[in-house]
Amino acid sequence: MASDPSEHSPMAVKILIAGGFGVGKTTLVGAVSEISPLQTEEILTNVGVEIDDITGVERKTTTTVAMDFGRISINGEIVLYLFGTPGQDRFWFLWDELALGALGAVVLADTRRLTDCFPSLDYFERRRTPFLVAVNCFDGVQRHSVDAVRRALDLDDRSPVVLCDARDRRSVKDVLIALVEHVMVVRA
Amino acid sequence: MTRDEHDWLDAEAGPVVRPYAVTRGRTNARTGGWAGGWGKATPIDLVAFVQAVDDTSTGMFLLPEHQAILDRAKTPVTVAELAGHLDLAVGVVRVLLDDLLQQRLISINEPDGAGRPDERVLKAVINGLRSL
Repeated sequence: MASDPSEHSPMAVKILIAGGFGVGKTTLVGAVSEISPLQTEEILTNVGVEIDDITGVERKTTTTVAMDFGRISINGEIVLYLFGTPGQDRFWFLWDELALGALGAVVLADTRRLTDCFPSLDYFERRRTPFLVAVNCFDGVQRHSVDAVRRALDLDDRSPVVLCDARDRRSVKDVLIALVEHVMVVRA
Repeated sequence: MTRDEHDWLDAEAGPVVRPYAVTRGRTNARTGGWAGGWGKATPIDLVAFVQAVDDTSTGMFLLPEHQAILDRAKTPVTVAELAGHLDLAVGVVRVLLDDLLQQRLISINEPDGAGRPDERVLKAVINGLRSL
């Protein structure tokens, strides 16, 4: 007997985690995912160092070259999928597919290298994908106020800016909740 | 050359088999895999659910990777998760899924109303996240 998956498959909701290279996307996904984040990682070679801008990211030794993703089962019917977008410019071609059907995006920012998230902001603004900016406060250090970040990014008033710790489950949960609430406001 | 010729093939070099070797070089999923060409057909979505169909009668020669997909898909599983668990590129998985689809060994449930879950769903997501 053939089974009909339409009766059994949950509904998949997709959220993107974007931001510059080494900003903590993989960490963020891992903090809330119920499965180990599935990913393809590649050791940074000398060639890679020339391509990837690692200024100010001294401790990062590997770079995610494909996508990583995590899963959160909301209830029996809904499953939330988090997709980390490739942080390097040479993988832009993967973005269109990832963004297709996405509910919204978290743009993770590091205030030491704020300009790194500009391409992500441009991308989601052009596509009209709802997004928020989450400032990853490494080691609990908040270097700049939310308002200062907002001004520096030249964001309109609609897209929220929040502070977070990408390693902390509760903090990441709050970021995702803020994003979904923002999506509801945008659509209302 | 000396036998040092392949010294670069160490553990860090990763697999040296080309990703599409497993599909015998086919990069083209007939039902519109990612590698099937830009804009040709919609590729099977990353979060489409794959489920094995309860039908063992097939004349098809199954690769171990086909079998692995069928094993994983006894309960619905997404394309992205299949690729992750099988450690294969998504494009490769799509070709393999296409094979299985042609043989009616799987069914694929594409996401509904892509990206536009209604308010009820959004509220459920928020409540679900809060209670994590």
